Amino acid sequence: MNRKVIFRGVALPYALLAPQLAITILFFFWPAGQAIWFSFLRQDAFGIRTQFVGLENFADLFADPLYIAVIWNTVVFSISVAALSLAVALLLAVLADRQIRGAGVYRTLLIWPYAIAPAVAAVLWIFMFHPTIGLFGRMLNGLGIAWDYKLNGGQAMLVVILASAWKQVSYNFIFFLAGLQSIPRSVLEAASIDGAKPVRRFWTIVFPLLSPTTFFLLVVNLTYAFFDTFGVIDALTKGGPAKATETLIYRAYVDGRVNLDLGTSSAQSVVLMLAVIALTALQFRFIERRVHY
Amino acid sequence: MMQRRMLLAGAGAGALGLAAPGIVRAQGRTEIQFWYGLAGVLGERVAEQVKRFNDSQSAVTVVPTFKGTYTEVLTGAIAAWRAGNPPHIAQIFEVGTATMMAAGPAVRPVHQLLADSGVELDPKRYLPGVRGYYSDPKGRLVSMPHNSSSAVMWINLDAFQKAGLSTTELPKTWAQVRAAAEKLKAANATPAPLTTSWPTWVMFEQMSAIHDVPFATQANGFEGMNAELQLTGPFFRKHVDFLLALQKDGLFRYGGRDNSADALFVNGEAAISCMSSALRSRVEREATFKWASVPLPYHDDVIQAPKNGVIGGASLWALTARNRTPAEYKGVAEFFRFISQPEQDLWWHQATGYVPITLGAYEKAKAEGYYRQNPGADAAIIQLSRAEPTPNSMGFRLGGFVEIRNIIQEELEKAFQGQQTAAQALESANRRGNVVLRNFERANRA
Repeated sequence: MNRKVIFRGVALPYALLAPQLAITILFFFWPAGQAIWFSFLRQDAFGIRTQFVGLENFADLFADPLYIAVIWNTVVFSISVAALSLAVALLLAVLADRQIRGAGVYRTLLIWPYAIAPAVAAVLWIFMFHPTIGLFGRMLNGLGIAWDYKLNGGQAMLVVILASAWKQVSYNFIFFLAGLQSIPRSVLEAASIDGAKPVRRFWTIVFPLLSPTTFFLLVVNLTYAFFDTFGVIDALTKGGPAKATETLIYRAYVDGRVNLDLGTSSAQSVVLMLAVIALTALQFRFIERRVHY
Repeated sequence: MMQRRMLLAGAGAGALGLAAPGIVRAQGRTEIQFWYGLAGVLGERVAEQVKRFNDSQSAVTVVPTFKGTYTEVLTGAIAAWRAGNPPHIAQIFEVGTATMMAAGPAVRPVHQLLADSGVELDPKRYLPGVRGYYSDPKGRLVSMPHNSSSAVMWINLDAFQKAGLSTTELPKTWAQVRAAAEKLKAANATPAPLTTSWPTWVMFEQMSAIHDVPFATQANGFEGMNAELQLTGPFFRKHVDFLLALQKDGLFRYGGRDNSADALFVNGEAAISCMSSALRSRVEREATFKWASVPLPYHDDVIQAPKNGVIGGASLWALTARNRTPAEYKGVAEFFRFISQPEQDLWWHQATGYVPITLGAYEKAKAEGYYRQNPGADAAIIQLSRAEPTPNSMGFRLGGFVEIRNIIQEELEKAFQGQQTAAQALESANRRGNVVLRNFERANRA
């Protein structure tokens, strides 16, 4: 009875949902389904000759020591990016949360880098760290440090981590600032009256109360480092030197678009899809449990 | 987000095909879509070449579209073909040749295109080194030669003078190059004495051709898809060891993959560089020093009379589509005929620095005294035509060649970082490259 009061029949609700469903199916499920199907195939670049190979693409992938190395690269890269951008953003947010002159301007400026496209961000970093044209690059070489991220894998990794983390600091900053501002003043004041110094107040009150924000940001940052750093890596190092800065997403791109091997590339996409599903599931589980404190 | 990546990596067909324009007729002229991958000055020249054609007749309009890098043109054209809407003409770089030749129904071989359209073009009009690279085993043209270059050695003459080196007797062998680099370093003439662009193309492909050493079996893949790389041989070992020693002694600087080292020569960072001959227009415009271009050096303890080098650059491929009309194919054939005319080719050669693709244009340029007025402009032509091509110097027809080139660059980078020896780098490049060849063979066997 109740149902009829809301909608008479099923046609209208489905019709109203249709545009959203169509978009989801067309742009999300269809390509994802394609990728899963392609991951079981081996075909030439033009798709003229196709053969079903079952799980062979996946088996090849995990038998390839270079792919395992890429997984490690991705783990190191993602954790470094997340840790660095969270730490810097938290520091800046704590500083910006205080009563200071021009706080509005200061906060706005800190948000700017978020509006910069990854490839542009990478170009800015090239101008800073390129061994011959970059400001810091030339300075380092002038100081006698052999700085050349085009040939030194460790240095290349450092540059892409710095550039990727820098891009994400603004985003984290906004959330941390909002989190800080929602911490009840009364709690902090009570602690002050009890004689707790700022550092102690931070670690015993602010940081635990921020933990839901921190955890949410950790997941978002890891996802960002996994999937959205393609532009930075492509513009700065193209995965090199050797394979020092190749991450999972970059390798999927290289194998699919440059090497024209859609089977392998799709298998890698499926692996990535499973990874992101796992990350998301973790996030929901954890937030379900921890968000109400 | 995830799904967008899927599109990129897995099913590019749908997304990229949307950009391909359909068949349009404007004022009775057949419209031909032409995708190219040359940026900057060279891209302007392509547009100019098309305009010359459009102005020369009234039946066909070629619409040139810049599609990004060579790799992007190739992947874009493939995605568009899969979506059923490819351009009529795609400019494909030479390393994509094997991929295109294996594409069967997706391409219309040039000899067939010309025959169907009743356009006659004698293959003999093209330079042998150019023709051979783009012909099938029966010697018939499969794609249309367009922009061909070779790698040559570029020299900063001001730096040579500063180091007390002769500016007329330039190095011919690698030993002489090393001696010159030592003097350049001692005189601190430039920050780096020597560098190279296109590490794989110059140091592996060109060197194997010049020294008549196989890069792969089956005549570098010309005789079959079952070719195997031959990188572990003594020659490559010697040459990579030579480069590593140069680097160790501070005489060689690795400038990055592909053409990223170009800038090092142009802005005076490196006194000697091995780069494409097609850089001529850029060097003319940007270099603030006196320069020269000469054929690539060789190891005189390996070969006394070096063989011909191989070409680089790109050719034009005619792509098929279900609804493509004979008039459109004929339009493509007419465009090919136009750019093969000696006077058009001569213009192209002199405007871009690419080698002439026809013998007629080369003779005309010689008769005009062009090479006397522009010394070094013929370095690439001399290098391409100084010997009868052997199976090792005809060119390369290897599947997945883009990937193989990158593999070699990666392994070289590891060696230059000191993480492995020349022998290890070559062994590992050989093994990884062969995996690529076998996968290509499997995917493309009819």
